[in-house]
Amino acid sequence: MTSYTVAVNGTSRTVDVDEHTPLLWVLRDVLDLKGSKFGCGAGLCGACTVHLDGEPVRSCMTPIAAVGPGKVVTIEGIGANPVGKRVQAAWLEVDVPQCGYCQAGQIMSATALLAKTPRPSDKDIDDAMSGNVCRCATYIRIRAAIKKAAGMNTADAGALR
Amino acid sequence: MMTSIGTMRPARGATSRRGFLKASALAGGGLLLHAMLPSVARAAAATAGNEAASLNAYVRIASDGLVTIVAKNPEIGQGVKTMLPMLIAEELDADWNKVRIEQAGLDAEKFGQQFAGGSMATPLNWEPLRRVGAAGRQMLVAAAADTWGVEAADCRTAAGMVYHDKSGRSAGYGELAARAATLTAPALESVTLKDPRDFKIVGRAMRSVDNPAVVTGKPLFGIDVTVPGMLYAVFQKCPVFGGKLLHANTEAVKALPGVRDAFEVRGGTAANGLVDGVAIVADSWWTASKAREKLEVAWDESPGATQSSDSYAARAAELAKQAPARTLRSDGDAASMFASAARVVEAAYSYPFLPHMTLEPQNCTAVIRDGKAELWAPTQNPGPGAKIVAKTLGIAESDVTVHMTRCGGGFGRRLLSDFMAEAAYIAKTVNAPVKLLWSRQDDMQHDFYRPAGFHFFKGGLDAGGKLVAFADHFVTFAHGDELAPSAGMDASEFPAGLVEHLAYGQSTMPLTVPTGPLRAPRSNALGFAFQGFIDELAHAAGQDPLAFRLALLGNETRILPGAADRKSPLRAFNTSRMRAVLELVAAKSNWGRQTLPKGTGMGIAFYFSHFGYFAEVVQASVAQSGTVNVDKVWIAAEVGSQIINPLNAENQVQGAALDGIGEALGQGITIDAGRVVEANFDTVKPLRMDQAPPVEVHFITTDHPPTGLGEPALPPVIPALCNAIFAATGKRIRKLPIDPAELKWT
Repeated sequence: MTSYTVAVNGTSRTVDVDEHTPLLWVLRDVLDLKGSKFGCGAGLCGACTVHLDGEPVRSCMTPIAAVGPGKVVTIEGIGANPVGKRVQAAWLEVDVPQCGYCQAGQIMSATALLAKTPRPSDKDIDDAMSGNVCRCATYIRIRAAIKKAAGMNTADAGALR
Repeated sequence: MMTSIGTMRPARGATSRRGFLKASALAGGGLLLHAMLPSVARAAAATAGNEAASLNAYVRIASDGLVTIVAKNPEIGQGVKTMLPMLIAEELDADWNKVRIEQAGLDAEKFGQQFAGGSMATPLNWEPLRRVGAAGRQMLVAAAADTWGVEAADCRTAAGMVYHDKSGRSAGYGELAARAATLTAPALESVTLKDPRDFKIVGRAMRSVDNPAVVTGKPLFGIDVTVPGMLYAVFQKCPVFGGKLLHANTEAVKALPGVRDAFEVRGGTAANGLVDGVAIVADSWWTASKAREKLEVAWDESPGATQSSDSYAARAAELAKQAPARTLRSDGDAASMFASAARVVEAAYSYPFLPHMTLEPQNCTAVIRDGKAELWAPTQNPGPGAKIVAKTLGIAESDVTVHMTRCGGGFGRRLLSDFMAEAAYIAKTVNAPVKLLWSRQDDMQHDFYRPAGFHFFKGGLDAGGKLVAFADHFVTFAHGDELAPSAGMDASEFPAGLVEHLAYGQSTMPLTVPTGPLRAPRSNALGFAFQGFIDELAHAAGQDPLAFRLALLGNETRILPGAADRKSPLRAFNTSRMRAVLELVAAKSNWGRQTLPKGTGMGIAFYFSHFGYFAEVVQASVAQSGTVNVDKVWIAAEVGSQIINPLNAENQVQGAALDGIGEALGQGITIDAGRVVEANFDTVKPLRMDQAPPVEVHFITTDHPPTGLGEPALPPVIPALCNAIFAATGKRIRKLPIDPAELKWT
């Protein structure tokens, strides 16, 4: 057991865990932030995506010892970011989720995309979002919601047209 | 404190065909409506072929006008937690903005059957729940009329208010609730339902009620449950299905830091329950999971260890040379017709075992105290889960409490309750609250898989290209003497009844792999095989695949009965309903009117399942490397008179189509030496964003009763995709998943 101090959603938190413990399990089971999800444990599904200094990372593959002084933002804190807030609002407006389990990770990846690329092309969206699996396959609405959050035309808005 | 005031009992007691509604007063001047609908639901259930179902409903109207509707069924992403309350709120004439929805726990006495499966929520609840709302509205109107001394007939309602236009008076439902609670509830069958043209909630795009919690990361799912003093568990089962535990190094594992206990479990033989394994319980899930890496277990792997996907395929090919072991259907004289047909086409189709891979792995939190069990589980089927837990612990079912959490995907996997039995047993053994969580590998390798299957088809065409004889020898699986779950085929499978000379036969192979329902069970596989072979016949006949299908359906309306063991008018196949969606999808996709570049093609298919009529067109492009890109999907659907929530309906249909495309492009479970080879999403590939095409959805509404759509949208997309690949490349996909290596072209 080692003591680590991590900055999560703007608050400094100290945890005593094994150095190999993935950030995901520190967030979920030590800090009781249940929004980041466990899906594959191998960086294949993106359900655990959080931001580390603004970059999307797979928290299931990020050992606590590798976090260092970086700023961690999770789905619980992303609403404090204006882009994140717009993304969450677009997700509600477009009614994206079905089961909802992957959506925290989707929103984190989408927010990171829009922070860098405010008006993404379809190819940009494919590149940024293809690491995030949605088993209910709400991809059409995820794409529409990203465009809506970007203030772009959403030809795919479907039943909301 | 709740007091029962007005009760209307059914005339013929509990066995009455009529349900009854009970009105009670709530503290603070509210009204509670409790509808018990054994009979209405039984009638609907019988229609739907599900005799066991019953249906109860709870609605609370508080003095501040807030309407709370209890959602009794598990939410797995199908949208039922929003959709079912819409039915009550519509007829109640509630203000949807003042409706709150509360998730119920398992309580058979209170709610009757609670489950998510079979796309049954709509057909079972459509009329009964509307009657509950209408009865509530009638009582609120009566309360207003009493208060004002006016005729109820002169009052109207809108958005949670009663109005008496002649006197200009109005009152909110909250103000009237206390008085309404003193009235006798009307008989449910006596109430008048709205003309659908007056619907204000049903048919409108309603956003899913839990979404604000979803997008902000609130704990909603089974995996998010925390109880005080909780420990974390992993459970290692034998990789070979049916294997028995010999011994394990539990003492060594127990000595690892953070590990609280490690012990051998001797279970039963039923896969849907507790089986042999080793439990590791630790202070954190990560610790338990790491400790598992040090676990050494000796298993007795017999007798499953000889089974493999290769051996099934070889055995199926041998069986195909023999006559089917069992005749499913024999119309006319197919053998003679094949002998005299102008052209006979033969083809073998096969598909693999498929996992459910719910993104939330199986999990359950259990507290066992004083001989009673309390469980929190993402389950589609809490009732049977409670039974299995009671049996595993040797306690009464009434001592098992199940809290249904939101499910991170279901797809049929959570109709089984093995993970609940494991959590309960481990919690009891360590005498502490336990959260059991499966790893992705556990989940992939211990599923109840969509069964693999093999079809050996034969079709006979006359000189004019008409299909005159059709045969299928279906080689499937048995567990002992019984057909494996979800491994069957009905004698009514299309084109039965439309081809004069037809023979369906079935042979089985022994299977140790557990099988079960996967979204659109049976149909998700049969659609691929039958609609693919029909396409081959169309090409052999030199006909357009749409024209060939329309000719098969014919111009006359024909009602072809469903399976004899599942009698229901809704199960009958109506050729005109299918014809209508087929014609619509052809029109929307501009079928046959486009010139596409080399390597691009369109495919069409239809399928009838779960009472729903779906026809779908796929446009796909195949690169010279063989990589398949799905360009677009068009869907025409008919599921009766009303799309209850168009916003969710579209989401469900699009998701089902994309799910099917994912299955076809990248999913299959390989059995080798009795165990599953694949372990994660790198080898069984869920569809991803860069593979997801636009999906255009068109609904036709008719006079038929509304039915579900989460499942029937899936089956046709797979053959439509395979048929598009044939149009693009001339290569016929007869085996799933699609192998790009076989699609290379220059």
